[in-house]
Amino acid sequence: MSNMMEVRWHGRGGQGAKTAALLLADAAFDAGKYVQGFPEYGPERMGAPITAYTRISSDKITIHSNIYEPDYVVVVDETLIGVVDVMKGLKPAGAVIVNTEKKPDEIRRCLENYDGRLYTIDAQRISQEALGRPFPNTPMLGAVVKVSGMMADDEFIKTMQHSFEHKFASKTEVVAGNMKALVRSMQEVHGDEN
Amino acid sequence: MAIRERLSGNEAIAYAMKQINPDVVAAFPITPSTEIPQYFSQYVADQAVDTGLILVESEHSAMSACIGSQSAGARTMTATSSCGLALMWEMLYVAASNRLPVTMAVVNRALSGPINIHADHSDSMGARDAGWIQLYSENNQEAYDNFIQAVRIGEHAQVQLPVMVCQDGFITSHSIENIELMEDEVVKNFVGQYEPVTSLLNPHEAIAIGPYDSAAYYMEHKRQQAEAMKNACQVAKEVATDFEALTGRRYDYFEAYRMEDTETAIVVLNSTAGTAKSTVDTLRAAGKKVGLLKIRMFRPFPQEEICQALAHLKAVAVMDRSEGFSAAGGPVFAEVRSALYPLEQRPQIINYIYGLGGRDVTTQHIEMVYESLFDIMETNDPGEVYRYLSVRE
Repeated sequence: MSNMMEVRWHGRGGQGAKTAALLLADAAFDAGKYVQGFPEYGPERMGAPITAYTRISSDKITIHSNIYEPDYVVVVDETLIGVVDVMKGLKPAGAVIVNTEKKPDEIRRCLENYDGRLYTIDAQRISQEALGRPFPNTPMLGAVVKVSGMMADDEFIKTMQHSFEHKFASKTEVVAGNMKALVRSMQEVHGDEN
Repeated sequence: MAIRERLSGNEAIAYAMKQINPDVVAAFPITPSTEIPQYFSQYVADQAVDTGLILVESEHSAMSACIGSQSAGARTMTATSSCGLALMWEMLYVAASNRLPVTMAVVNRALSGPINIHADHSDSMGARDAGWIQLYSENNQEAYDNFIQAVRIGEHAQVQLPVMVCQDGFITSHSIENIELMEDEVVKNFVGQYEPVTSLLNPHEAIAIGPYDSAAYYMEHKRQQAEAMKNACQVAKEVATDFEALTGRRYDYFEAYRMEDTETAIVVLNSTAGTAKSTVDTLRAAGKKVGLLKIRMFRPFPQEEICQALAHLKAVAVMDRSEGFSAAGGPVFAEVRSALYPLEQRPQIINYIYGLGGRDVTTQHIEMVYESLFDIMETNDPGEVYRYLSVRE
């Protein structure tokens, strides 16, 4: 149990939060872990708040409930802060990662009474520059792996190269862009702990 | 060599179907089982299977097409959920009484109303008396393994009955998890070639299927059908033995989890069993003698074996993810309690209705159930027998 890492993703329908939750599970699977990746289904529509989850463990996972006390919270859309209680249940030793162009201290001011670890990443811009399209989920994935240290950087990059080549076998032109977005996100995600 | 993969429950079923390569699949989409025929249709389009895929206009038609196809001697499969299963109702009985071993994936979902797309067992529990064998699955692995075994169980000459393989809608059907797949050839050899005992397309033995059956014979046919269901117990055991030899994965009528020296246990099926296992581990680590009995085969109902497995307990909670509206408890409870009747000294037994319409069930909820069993053990008074878990009232 203690080696289980639980991640809760907050996004809006259409932004790929579910895909990101599954991608993270995929990456951990490729690294030899037991994983679960699942969305919380509701009456989704484009733009409505959605939640997705990732569990990663070195032991078999039997729990089949949603995640209420995550180790990491990933906010794919910063406009959800204040609308959805994104911080609910976050473990004291955990961290929140927000997709925003703002600095961590600016985001911290929007989170009431939070003095835990906080990281920001401008996933939108990275995606736009690396892929030419606004798909924040690849950079968010890189940021979570970096912040959580769930696997070594080079192992993760190698795994994802392989995974993207497989996933985009019919459109190889996007592999390089996705890899660029991934590597940049791992460099550019930053916290305000110092 | 087993193949290490990660698939959702729906992907796992579609993949099993692909490996089995049935003669016919007839289906109509309904959430949350839609992905099964959807993924399978891709295999058809890619010519990865040579199955005839019949896309029909309703679930009633889907089951009717399955009946026609299986009567002709073709190995036939389908998938459905909730109201889709309800719309098949009339035809479920026809498939079973015509002794047609159709294999169906049921992705459990609440029945309307109020309309709801999430997991509970009101669909398959309502169909429990239709004459179908029912297997329940905790996760994607069990859904896959049960589906492959279902073919052999249903088609066995001493059985010849349709089988539904159930799993929880969204909770496992849409969750990506690790899974060990068998190789294509291993699956193909395991299920073998379908050789129907009788078929409409056999020119050497002309038969009638589905004619009117008067009072002079109807009852004998029902008796034979009931006997076939009894036979399914032994056949399920034999098939599981063969399956274990191939995969190392053991399947009994139920899984007795940490039931040695147990004083209290819960009885549950499908995904909540996994969540409850985690609670059992936590409570065991704290020195509590708790266990879990997860029913895999609900039809036929392994009455004597369940009785034996629970006989030594002091208190039992039976979990029902559907309301039977009997005003006296859910369907699993009624059967499990009845199974205990022959005992001279029976455990105290209570029922919890839980998780209706997808109400999430956490390890804390399961802990509350065990807590109530500890209370009962202490006072030797079951109190209210018919209870609800995690409900506002």
